[in-house]
Amino acid sequence: MANVRVLVGTRKGAFILTSNEKRKRWEVSDLLFPGWEIYHFNASPVDPNRLYISQNTGWFGQIVQRSDDGGKTWNAVGNKFAYEGETGTHQWYDGTPHPWEFKRVWQLAPSLTERDVVYAGVEDAALFRSGDAGQTWQELEGLRSVRGNLWAPGAGGMCLHTIIQDPRDANRIVVAISAAGVFRTDDGGETWRPITKGLKSAYELPDPDADVGHCVHNLAMHPKRPGVLFMQKHWDVMRSDDYGDSWYEISGNLPTDFGFPIAVNSNKPNTVYVIPIKSDSEHYVPDGKLRVYRSKSGGEKWQALTEGLPQENCYVNVLRSALAVDQLDPCGIYFGTSGGQVYASADDGDSWRALVRDFPPVLSVEVQTLE
Amino acid sequence: MIRVILPTHLRRLANSNREVEINVAAPITIRAILDSLEETYPMLRGTMRDQTTMQRRAFVRFFACGQDYSHAAVDDALPDLIATGAEPFWVVGAMAGG
Repeated sequence: MANVRVLVGTRKGAFILTSNEKRKRWEVSDLLFPGWEIYHFNASPVDPNRLYISQNTGWFGQIVQRSDDGGKTWNAVGNKFAYEGETGTHQWYDGTPHPWEFKRVWQLAPSLTERDVVYAGVEDAALFRSGDAGQTWQELEGLRSVRGNLWAPGAGGMCLHTIIQDPRDANRIVVAISAAGVFRTDDGGETWRPITKGLKSAYELPDPDADVGHCVHNLAMHPKRPGVLFMQKHWDVMRSDDYGDSWYEISGNLPTDFGFPIAVNSNKPNTVYVIPIKSDSEHYVPDGKLRVYRSKSGGEKWQALTEGLPQENCYVNVLRSALAVDQLDPCGIYFGTSGGQVYASADDGDSWRALVRDFPPVLSVEVQTLE
Repeated sequence: MIRVILPTHLRRLANSNREVEINVAAPITIRAILDSLEETYPMLRGTMRDQTTMQRRAFVRFFACGQDYSHAAVDDALPDLIATGAEPFWVVGAMAGG
């Protein structure tokens, strides 16, 4: 019988929620790393007992924790993220040049094929790679050479928050940066190019032909269809059918196309989920209703999923790394809110229930399906 | 031995007691204490000072004998009471940080 392990990062620590494949009864772990912001809590697809945590506070900075026994015990690994070479400057909020400064790790993406390889997306935006399970980190500096001097932070900071690895080709990686855009490497991180053709950011970017500067919030890809990427942007839900070489809008009938996370059903590559929030200046769900939207057609036509979700007096947000799916059939979908709830569906999103209601604000949700 | 008092988060990170004792070669300075702390507890690297610039983290403060040494030169000798172990050196998370 399979087990499901939901890895939750919050503003005040991390939790592990565990169930079997029925996904009815859940055990909630004790609070891990109490008091620390857990920006990401993720697991290796190669070794399910290997877990990584990005742990950060304003006082003491960044720690990376690793477990090799499924979360029972933890060890702090390397936390030195040094930019390579002449780091130069990027743009600051006011348009002035600002030196690159490491602040935190936003995303930890263990390799799909190598047990000891893990990627880290950081703020100020850069991509690091470790070949020794997090003990040491090296920047893949080719990324910042793609007009990094023009990159500027979004409201949440200039962060590399999404890392998509091609399951067919370990040399191909797509990353998204707020607010620099989306970039792809085809040579293992040596060289990169922006892949933003078709993205429109009329209010944020005065130059319609600018290839950096789009505020990309999140990307999703189904491993069986790696050439198809879905994007939640700062306004607009987008899709590419050619690994990001070109994009087209699939917002369709969404009540608002502003939001953060996006995910793909693990069994149905054309079924996509978003959780819209009201606007760029109103980061809460519209109309007091928490609604997940699902498209079974790969975009354009969206259906509101509400059963089991609050439909009045609800003003939460769901952050970009706080939506995930399991590998069971029907697909389980999980998300955490700024109000501290973790909701789950065990039926492709048809119905939902709260697994917990009183966590600290949720920053990150990932799911392991353990055979 | 030099006595150091750690804040809660660093104590848990180091899996140590609130007060730790470390060997520090003379002269006893802030830099020498931090070097020894980080050698004894490698998981504390980067938590009190930036690993690249070696500057004190903005929301970390240092106290000795009731005085704030956060802005003191890191290579100046600390009071004798610290050097003899009569008084502990304090690492504190600033109120402004949380």
